[in-house]
Amino acid sequence: MIIRQSQDVRPSEITSEGVYRSRRAFLAWIAGTGLMAAAPDVLARALASAPPAPSPLRYTPNPRLSTTERQNSWEEVTTYNNFYEFGTGKADPADNSRGFRTRPWNVAIEGEAEVTGSFTLEDILRPHPLEERIYRLRCVEAWSMVIPWIGFPLGDLIKRFKPTSRARYVEFTTLLDPQQMPGQRYPVLDWPYVEGLRLDEAMHPLALLAVGLYGKVLPNQNGAPLRLVVPWKYGFKSIKSIVRIRFTADRPRTSWEKALPREYGFYANVNPGVDHPRWSQKRERRIGSGAFWDRQPTQMFNGYADQVASLYGGLDLARNF
Amino acid sequence: MTAPGEGLARFVLKPLVLAGCLAPFAWLAAGAAGLGGVSLGANPVEEILHSLGRWGLNFLLITLCITPLRQLTGWVQWMRLRRMLGLTAFFYILGHFLFYVLVDQAGDLGVIVEDVLKRPYITLGFTGLLLLLPLALTSTKGAMRRLGRRWQRLHRLVYVVAALGCIHFYWQVKADVREPLLYVGALALLLGWRWWKHRDRLSHAARAPFERAA
Ligand code: HEM
Repeated sequence: MIIRQSQDVRPSEITSEGVYRSRRAFLAWIAGTGLMAAAPDVLARALASAPPAPSPLRYTPNPRLSTTERQNSWEEVTTYNNFYEFGTGKADPADNSRGFRTRPWNVAIEGEAEVTGSFTLEDILRPHPLEERIYRLRCVEAWSMVIPWIGFPLGDLIKRFKPTSRARYVEFTTLLDPQQMPGQRYPVLDWPYVEGLRLDEAMHPLALLAVGLYGKVLPNQNGAPLRLVVPWKYGFKSIKSIVRIRFTADRPRTSWEKALPREYGFYANVNPGVDHPRWSQKRERRIGSGAFWDRQPTQMFNGYADQVASLYGGLDLARNF
Repeated sequence: MTAPGEGLARFVLKPLVLAGCLAPFAWLAAGAAGLGGVSLGANPVEEILHSLGRWGLNFLLITLCITPLRQLTGWVQWMRLRRMLGLTAFFYILGHFLFYVLVDQAGDLGVIVEDVLKRPYITLGFTGLLLLLPLALTSTKGAMRRLGRRWQRLHRLVYVVAALGCIHFYWQVKADVREPLLYVGALALLLGWRWWKHRDRLSHAARAPFERAA
């Protein structure tokens, strides 16, 4: 594999082979005890005090882009997941992803960009300060949560690779590894999972690349080590465990669109006015809140209409669902 | 005179099976009430709705196992379990429906009517429930006596209900159809067995006069 460095990483920042190897050994040990870490300084801290809990991250809260709604508990966020690579039951991802190895991890940058190549996760993350954003997450299955993500704007990453004028879309791909991802041993979807955004959607300040939640490194079942969070779209757009980012001139064919084109579109913007063919999208069940039977109205663009509606001027949202 | 194993069937097997029939309900009730450390996960409404539907279909298929069991083992006492199992299936499916109406949709009639009319998987499920009603109502000994041969014909509707239940299940999953297909396979086996026995009987009946003459 060709490892090229992005231009804004100085050679002095590149991890030496020896350090990399010892870090890998350490990470294997961390993974063995069920821990993971995101950045070298986090590793050091995790090593110094090694309580059996996910490693903490350094970040600054971003209240301007955060909701003040009641957050879902760690328990809820980490035990009720859709991550078909680890099984189609809601508890399967937590059960089946325990031994998932998120280091070493490489992300390939491909397609219509000036800077392309394969980058280590450390290279991907290094220039970006982390922030916390508390977002609503609306699943296409009509349930929702409020989650405090730790991450950085996708747009900031994209700028580093200088997409060319031909680039109109960004395509993301999840790791393909049936050995580690038992769900991939059966063709529920056409693996690997592929998602995509229009370039202007991807550059929107709300689009986030997450590496953590609740101040800690992202648990495997939530898409470790690197996942997308697009809060105004249904959850399945927020692809997990990303290994490839490709800039394209043509619209990517996304996994759910390929599997069931009548039910899942490319845009997948949260929209109470457009029902899923098999259920209503007008209301949603907020996990863990209110009475047993409560559902609350679903908001256009999941409540982010003020920020994102302008992306879709002139687009027929009923047809481009 | 009592038939062989009648005591075993009435006083041991039947109470055990009854306990088995009620166990899933007890589990869900404990979970809903937060008792006994039973957890229904982050989305208890979905868990209860799905469990009730799943057990309804399970018990429908278990009920359909009784006749093959009797034929395979030659032990007629299996039949003592059939009504209890069938009513249990009805109990869970009715619960599934009521839970959907009262809790999942919180009694919102507009949504419910729209769902039943517009969403084919719910239309099928609802048809299944309607067809099950007359079977539950005619499950008494008295009704059996009154209806005579017609009782059996009426109760063949259970095959249709089981098939509707399987399709309902198949249509409501998002992409992973493995489990619904398992149910379809089980139902095919149970109906295939009956078809095979039926054909066997017909050919026996057709051969019988010659055999006697020979
Ligand atoms: C013969 C009658 C029926 C049977 C055997 C049956 C069985 C099932 C089964 C097995 C499931 C899937 C459970 C799972 O995923 O584990 C299910 C789901 C469901 N059923 Fe039924 N059902 C019946 C009737 C009904 C009726 C009458 C309604 C409502 C009018 C209904 C509404 C639903 C709904 C809303 C779901 C969940 C769909 C989702 O979460 O996407 N069912 N049912």
